[in-house]
Amino acid sequence: MITKEAPAAAPAPTPVAPAAARPGKKRPAWDEVPRWQIYLPLGIYLVFTLIPFYWILLFALRPTGSTSLVPWPMTTEHFEKVWTDRGFGTYFTNSVYVGLATLVMTTLVALAGGYALARFDFRIKRGFMLALLCSQFVPGALLLVPLFEIFAGLQMINSLGSVIIAETVFQLPLSIILISNFIKNVPYSLEEAAWVDGCGRFRAFRIVVLPLLRPGLIAVGSFAFVHSWNHFLFALMFLNNQSKQTIPVGLNSLMSADSVDLGALAAGGIVAAVPVVIVFAFIQKWLITGFSAGAVKG
Amino acid sequence: MAQAAAVAKPPAPPRRRRASATPRRLPYLLIGPAALLMLGFIAYPVISVFYYSLQEYNPTKPWRNGFAGFDNFVKIFTEDPVFWDTLVFSAKWVFVEVGLQLLFGLALALIVNQTFVGRGVGRAMVFSPWAVSGVLTSAIWVLLYNSQTGVTRYLADMGIGSYGTSWLSDTSTVFSAAVVADLWRGVPFFAILILADLQSVSKDLYEAAEVDGASRLKQFWHITLPHLKDAIILSTLLRAVWEFNNVDLLYTLTGGGPAGETTTLPLYIANTSVDAHDFGYASALTTVAFVILLFCSIVYLRLSKFGGENK
Repeated sequence: MITKEAPAAAPAPTPVAPAAARPGKKRPAWDEVPRWQIYLPLGIYLVFTLIPFYWILLFALRPTGSTSLVPWPMTTEHFEKVWTDRGFGTYFTNSVYVGLATLVMTTLVALAGGYALARFDFRIKRGFMLALLCSQFVPGALLLVPLFEIFAGLQMINSLGSVIIAETVFQLPLSIILISNFIKNVPYSLEEAAWVDGCGRFRAFRIVVLPLLRPGLIAVGSFAFVHSWNHFLFALMFLNNQSKQTIPVGLNSLMSADSVDLGALAAGGIVAAVPVVIVFAFIQKWLITGFSAGAVKG
Repeated sequence: MAQAAAVAKPPAPPRRRRASATPRRLPYLLIGPAALLMLGFIAYPVISVFYYSLQEYNPTKPWRNGFAGFDNFVKIFTEDPVFWDTLVFSAKWVFVEVGLQLLFGLALALIVNQTFVGRGVGRAMVFSPWAVSGVLTSAIWVLLYNSQTGVTRYLADMGIGSYGTSWLSDTSTVFSAAVVADLWRGVPFFAILILADLQSVSKDLYEAAEVDGASRLKQFWHITLPHLKDAIILSTLLRAVWEFNNVDLLYTLTGGGPAGETTTLPLYIANTSVDAHDFGYASALTTVAFVILLFCSIVYLRLSKFGGENK
C-alpha cells in the first residue's frame, strides 16, 4: 500500500538533485515516457476492449430488425422478454443467492484457515499448504462426475447448496493463501499488545487484526462472488430444474436455442454483467493493492 | 513455500508460551473446515476418478459395468484418434493464448503503470473485461461474429473477410476467432497480475540506472524484467493450467466445432461424460489429462528455475 503512493509522490522531490547535475533531464526516465507512447497504444487497446461492450449494448437497446449503429430509438423490449419470458428474473435471484452465500462461506472458512497458516506452526502445516497448491491443478470441470455422485448421495441435486459448496471449495485454496499473506503483513506485536491489555485471542483478532484486513477481505470476497456469479459448469450439471438455474446457464440456453435471438442474448448478457461491473467499480483500487500485498509476495 | 514458513517462524519461539493460553488444537480447529471441505469435495473426487478410470461405467448401459483394468487407457492410446487431436489442439490453444496474453498483458501493465492524466479511468476501462465470464464473453463474441449483423459484416464491407460467413463456423477462421475472444478477457487478467508486481519495483534502482545513463530499454531489460521474473513464471503457469482446464468459453462459443476443430481435451472429457455418459472412459481421459498437466507443470517449474536465486 505504501508503494502505491510512490509513483504520484516521487516526481516532486526528484527533479531537484538530478536536474542540477544533468541539465537536459528534469525527471527520471521511468517517468518521462513520451505521452504519445502511452496514449496511442492505450487508445488502440481501449477500442478493442470497448467495441464488444458497445456491441452488446447496441443489440440490447435497439429494436429487433434494426441495423442502425446507434441504439436509437431505444427499446426495452429485449429486457422485458429476457426478464420474464426467459426466466432471467428467477436466474438473477438464484445467482445473487449463490454469489453471496459463496462469498460468506469462502471468506469465513479462508479467514480461519489463513489465520492458522499465518500465526501458528503445527505439524501438518507444510502438508496442508502443499495440498492447497496442488489443488490448483485439479480441474474442476473434470471432477464433475464424482461431484455429481456426491451431491446425488447427499440429496443435493437441484438444490443451490450443491453449487454453493462446489464454488466455495474451488475458491478456497487461493483465498486461504491470499488471506494468510495479508495476516502476515499485520505485525504480530499488535496482537500481543492487545493480549497484554487483557483481550482474549479472538477478541484481539477482532478488534486489532480484522480492521486492518479489510482490503484483503474485500479482494477475497469479491473474487468469490464474481467467480461464482460467472461460473457455469457446476450449475449446468447440478441444477436440472429450470427454476433453480443461474444466469450463465440461462445465457447458454439463449445461445444454444435453435434460432438465436440476438436481442435477447444481448439483454441477458447485460443482466449478467451489471452486478460484476458494479462490484468491480467499487473495489477497483483495493484490488491491485490487494493483489500486490497478498498474492505475488507469497 | 519455504519463504512463507520463514516469515511465520520468527515470532513463534519466544511467544509460543504466552500465546498458548490457546490450546495446541486451535490451529487444527481453524483449518478444520477448509480441510474437511477440500478432502470431501476435491481429494475424494480425485481418488474416485482414478477408481472409475479402471471401470467400465456407463449408467445408460449398466449391464456392461464392472472392473475393466487398463482397457480404458489402452483404448485412449491405441484406438482413439480424437484423443490425439484434442491433445494437439489443447497444446496449440494453451501456447498461443498464454503467449499472446503474456505479451499484451506485459505491455498493457507497463503502460498503465506510468503516471498520466486519466490513469484511473483508463485502468478501469482496459481491465473491465476481466470481470466478464466465459459464457458472457462467448455471448458477446457471438454477436460480434454474427454474419448478418455482427462487426464481421461491417469488416466485410471494408474488404476484411468475406460477406455472409460466420467466422465461428468456418474451419479456417474459427481458431483465430476463438483466440481473439479469449484474449479480450485474458489480457486484462495478466496485466493486473503483472501490474501488481510492478508496483513493488524500487524506484531507486531506476534513478541509479538513470544516473549511469542507461536507456529505457536497458532499464526494462536489467531492472524491470528480472524483478518480474517470478511473478511472470507463476502467472504464466497458473494461466496455462487455467486455459487448459477451462471449458466455459469454448463450450459455449463453438461447442468444440466446427468438425471438432476447437475441442480441447477437457472439452472432450466433458462431452464424453455429460453427453455420452461414458463415465469410465471420461475418468480415464481425466487421469491422463491430470498426469500430463502435472508433468508439464513440474518440467516448467524446473526449466524456469522458479524462485531459484533470491531477488
